[in-house]
Amino acid sequence: MVNKEAFAGTLESGDILIQISPSEEKGLHIELQSTVAYQFGRQIKQVITETLEGLDVHDARVMATDKGALDCTIRARVTAAAVRATGKDVWKD
Amino acid sequence: MRLRRTMMFVPGNNPGMMADAFIYGPDSIMLDLEDSVTMAEKDAARLLVYNALKTIDYGDTEMVVRINPLNTPYGKKDVEAVVKAGVDVIRMPKTETAEEVREVEREIEKVEKEIGCLGRTKIMAAIESTLGIVNAYEIAVASKRMMGIALGAEDYCANLKTQRTPEGTELLLARQTIVVAARAAGIDALDTVYSNLNDMETFRKEVELIKALGFDGKSIINPRQIEIINEVFAPKQKDIDKALTILAAIKEAEKKGSGVIAVNGKMVDKPVVIRAQRTIDLAIASGVLNKEEIDNE
Amino acid sequence: MSSIKDRADLIKQAAAQMGKETYKGTSTKAQLPRTEYQKSSPKIATLEEAIRKSGLKDGMTISFHHHFRGGDKVVNMVVDKLAEMGFKNLSLAASSLQDVHAPLIEHIKNGVITEISTSGLRGELADEISRGLMDKPVVFRSHGGRGSAIRNGDLHIDVAFIGASSCDPLGNACGFSRSENAKSICGSLGYAIPDAHHADKVVVLTDDLVEYPNTPSSISEHLVDFVVVCDSVGDSSKISSGAIRDTKNPRDILLAKQAAKVVINSGYFNNGFSIQTGSGGASLAVVKYIRESMLEKGIKASFALGGITAHMVKLHEEGLIDRLVDVQSFDRAAAESIMRDPNHREVSAISYASADEPSSATHFLDIVILSALEVDVNFNVNVLVGSDGIIRGAIGGHPDTAADSGISIVVCPLLRGRIPCVVDEVTTLITPGSTVDVVVTEYGIAVNPGRPEIMERLKAAGLNIVTMEYLRDRALSVIGQPDPLPFGDKVVGIVMNRDGSVMDVIKNIKE
Repeated sequence: MVNKEAFAGTLESGDILIQISPSEEKGLHIELQSTVAYQFGRQIKQVITETLEGLDVHDARVMATDKGALDCTIRARVTAAAVRATGKDVWKD
Repeated sequence: MRLRRTMMFVPGNNPGMMADAFIYGPDSIMLDLEDSVTMAEKDAARLLVYNALKTIDYGDTEMVVRINPLNTPYGKKDVEAVVKAGVDVIRMPKTETAEEVREVEREIEKVEKEIGCLGRTKIMAAIESTLGIVNAYEIAVASKRMMGIALGAEDYCANLKTQRTPEGTELLLARQTIVVAARAAGIDALDTVYSNLNDMETFRKEVELIKALGFDGKSIINPRQIEIINEVFAPKQKDIDKALTILAAIKEAEKKGSGVIAVNGKMVDKPVVIRAQRTIDLAIASGVLNKEEIDNE
Repeated sequence: MSSIKDRADLIKQAAAQMGKETYKGTSTKAQLPRTEYQKSSPKIATLEEAIRKSGLKDGMTISFHHHFRGGDKVVNMVVDKLAEMGFKNLSLAASSLQDVHAPLIEHIKNGVITEISTSGLRGELADEISRGLMDKPVVFRSHGGRGSAIRNGDLHIDVAFIGASSCDPLGNACGFSRSENAKSICGSLGYAIPDAHHADKVVVLTDDLVEYPNTPSSISEHLVDFVVVCDSVGDSSKISSGAIRDTKNPRDILLAKQAAKVVINSGYFNNGFSIQTGSGGASLAVVKYIRESMLEKGIKASFALGGITAHMVKLHEEGLIDRLVDVQSFDRAAAESIMRDPNHREVSAISYASADEPSSATHFLDIVILSALEVDVNFNVNVLVGSDGIIRGAIGGHPDTAADSGISIVVCPLLRGRIPCVVDEVTTLITPGSTVDVVVTEYGIAVNPGRPEIMERLKAAGLNIVTMEYLRDRALSVIGQPDPLPFGDKVVGIVMNRDGSVMDVIKNIKE
């Protein structure tokens, strides 16, 4: 569960800045700003949604500021932000 | 045979550089989770490296990840992530003893067993201290997974209470120890980085030196260094001609079923053949010999 | 004896036969010293007077050059004045427009400017036009195509406004000034020369009125109707798109080295060859690597063409390039060289690149190195419209040099961030694939199947030759399949081929 606000990523070219915060409402609410919104906006939102659902995060607000990141970078940044926001790591210890 | 002339260092938290590192044609790419990543970003960089390794097509480039030491809170997670992502080589920083290598090996094995790919991941150790140099051979033979040992000169020089010079006198013993230990163990020897990008002349001299010492290659920090290393390591035409003659003689001898081979009256034994093959591989990789040309011959 | 009085009748008869008057005697001579006298040249006027006297009317066409690029001050100054004077429905024919021309947006909204023709558009103006600001589509022409259109009447100019860094009171104008404290410099005035020759009226604006005769001049006094003195015609620091220094960007260096290998092994790299390159980081670096090979092999070039840069000037001064043929000076070093070096020659847009001018320099060009926003699998190139559907570039001499040169080499990265440069079909067709010979990317080099001999030479040199389809697929595998752009139904731009035919249209992009 997302219990605090967390960031991951940067505003460098080829990266994406993901901000995840707890949401009162049900579901994922994704706000996206992207330099490639016309051609990739739909896909970026889809990758964010799939990554979060894969991590069992179903209710959250997500602000994404994209600078042309590839899907693998988006997955990494969303996962990092989610891990930071939920306190639940994906690796064993 | 895999060439390891250039191992290009790419910071593990920089997606832009990770995406296109391979276009510059380094023999190996080393994604770094250690010194180039701040403590606050270790988790994010690990995820970035994991996803990049799983997704990006790096072609034939050998993929190496420098992990954090196991005695930090990050080392074990780094091993888990990069082994799961299918990395070719784990590079251990600041290695001082054979036991450290065996520890990493045990961590790798644990993850490999879990995902069912036992024995896939190779290890290389960077030796960056006087103790490490003293233990170089033991480190080199600490695991069957060892593919090479590398010198890390900055920490080593600090440890030695000296500074790096353009001539590299202070590194001579360390370099020769590394090459000798690597050769004795049958693995590769890689030299330290040279970080002044504005002095390509000194860089070239250093590359000439380490080639003469017997190194297989060098860690690098910028794509601009690749061409110079490849030029220095490219075989000379007369060596290529000689190697081609030797390999042709071998082929001929195999055809005839003859056991003893001589070229120009000299016996050709196994080391000569290996050296000849290495010369040809290097010549092709350096672009001074066209692969099709030999196949046609 | 026959004195002139005796011949009076015969003179009258001859005059009558020719339908002419007989000579009536001398006019009075002006007695002022000539340095004083030239100050009262009837051509000198304020901008407003010049506009009035030119006979400009609503609906007519005015023209401008873009030699000051982002530093241009003439377009905004003149159009502001025209708006103030109440003109409407003017057609603006610029050789190109830049970010600095964003104030035209208001003039378009107010109906002062209702038509535009240009080589390119950038910045806010380009954004607004891409979204449908204008009722009539912008007409885009290449530099050579514009020259042809002006000469053959497709593009009739009523009044040309030409910014010049020096001009004398009679109208001899240059893109530089020989004064000690010159205010501006832009070098070649190549794009303004067709305007000066073919416009009905020519107004030169200058920030340095110098004494007659300002010769050699780019634009000769007999072409000029009015000379207007103003504070500044342009900011010379902005004529180069960036500081001229060796690029440190490893990707640019990689592309440049590959492009240089293509040049060197193309079959056109022989003593006396000619070359044109662009001004981007990779193009400049290509010159550096070609220079090394010229020195090594003892090869010299007969001329370098086009946008001339400091790098080309350096090679010329080293004796590696015999002549510089300059339609546009890309930096201050080039602009200064054209002023002092007689072997650095200015050329008009027509003599540079017009298809219907048999002597245009592009016809005699061996090698051109070009950039691209997009190249498609059929080698078609787009340099005008971004992959987001927004106009963000200029045709320039791209299609002219590609069509006429011995070998055209397009250098572009496969990916710019997540935007692919090799695609299935270009967003807008600017340079037809039949004229594009080689495409150099960091993932490999593609050769047009129409040039098998070049393909053989490059393969023999051991270069990594791939197909355009491989490059396209490689790009898609990295970035994923992009969604189609949200184009509307309004045509906001028309792309003319250099032969005067219509080649493509640009549709508006929806929010």
